[in-house]
Amino acid sequence: MIKSLHARHHQLANQQKQVEWLSNGIFKNGSLPTFQEKLESVQHFPLRPTTLEIFQVNVGYMCNQVCKHCHVDAGPDRKEIMTRETMQQCVEVLRQHKIKTLDITGGAPEMNPDFRWFVQEAKQAGVQEIIVRSNLTIIMANPKYYDLPEFFRDHQVRVCSSLPFYNADKTDRQRGVGVFQSSIQALQKLNAVGYGKPETGLVLDLVYNPTGAFLPANQQQLEQDFKKELREKFNIAFNNLFTITNIPISRYLDFLIETDNYEDYMEKLVNAFNPAAVPGVMCRNTISVDWQGNLFDCDFNQMLGLPVAENSSSHISHFNMEQLAKRNIVINQHCFACTAGAGSSCQGATI
Amino acid sequence: MENTYYNPADLKKFGNIAEWDKNLAAKFFDYYGDVFKEGDLTAREKSLIALAVAHAIQCPYCIDAYTTDSLEKGATEKGMMEAIHVAAAIRGGASLVHGVMMMNKAKKLSM
Repeated sequence: MIKSLHARHHQLANQQKQVEWLSNGIFKNGSLPTFQEKLESVQHFPLRPTTLEIFQVNVGYMCNQVCKHCHVDAGPDRKEIMTRETMQQCVEVLRQHKIKTLDITGGAPEMNPDFRWFVQEAKQAGVQEIIVRSNLTIIMANPKYYDLPEFFRDHQVRVCSSLPFYNADKTDRQRGVGVFQSSIQALQKLNAVGYGKPETGLVLDLVYNPTGAFLPANQQQLEQDFKKELREKFNIAFNNLFTITNIPISRYLDFLIETDNYEDYMEKLVNAFNPAAVPGVMCRNTISVDWQGNLFDCDFNQMLGLPVAENSSSHISHFNMEQLAKRNIVINQHCFACTAGAGSSCQGATI
Repeated sequence: MENTYYNPADLKKFGNIAEWDKNLAAKFFDYYGDVFKEGDLTAREKSLIALAVAHAIQCPYCIDAYTTDSLEKGATEKGMMEAIHVAAAIRGGASLVHGVMMMNKAKKLSM
């Protein structure tokens, strides 16, 4: 298993260093336009939020996997974990503002000792939709997680899981040896309790992201491929496939730099800038919360240490919907990934 | 001339051919764009055909472009290698099938 950037004391473990990479070089010397310049050219700057629909809570960076492309730099060595007190504050905000969707992410969110409590409280608070971003292998990692499929089912949780390809080769190269096989077992367990079957209402979505320095394929076409291959080879069913463009931050940024792909990849993203993808970017209807309760425009800004540009409401303890609605969204060159081609978000393509 | 005939950076300058004949370049690029649109063949199938042809004509620019494009169309590495074997089989077969011509001629000349 590879080690996280933090464990290696890598320079890119420093958020400021990442922002410097994204702000300097080809973007500073004028070789490529900045994201702000691109937004200005299509009259979308400053980028403004719409109605808050998705409350994405990152409950900690600990993970049983160390994927090569992880934008969180998650891994077993990461100790950042959200406390129950902060979760309680999140639940209060969800209840008070009747926010439609709670999207729980990590790390492996299930590794937070208060994860189940959080789901139960959010459910009781009347949250319409609870999404858990599960890496699948956690379900098979330890006997204490074996009953997660039943727990998800009992709380009508929508399960959203990464599976970068329908074969072991590509999946294991990105996510670690044995991950594909373990993921298949987990998917079969989820199917066994009713997930992915239309009549149950239990939704199981998969997330594809490219296993290298290239853009995702057409979402519809890939969904057909995944459904056919997983059904024929493993008798697995799921609901939707979401394609996500890899964001050039953290371990994926390290990969791009180390393999001499950084400049070509950024140029590819810039050239694929699609003005029609701008209105649908997820930061407009999402707020991201980190393990300490700080607020961000998205999970990627969270990892870059770029908080919401609204000082009066930068922490869950003084969440102010009205003030947040007036903010300008914080952008940098990593945002090009969300506007490339058919667009990209935690809910897949946006066009 | 440069030290090498091929420069990877030149691929990005393909569009520059319009500088010396805008009209014909526009016609070519319009046609090119239409060729690769989804039709009876999927965009992935067309990309794999392009990848195979790229190897048959041994064009480094095309190999660069259609390796990336095939991956971005969701092709597997194995599928991409299979496409190149198709090119190799046709190229090899094209040589060998001319063996019949050689045989015909040899037989005509021989007692």
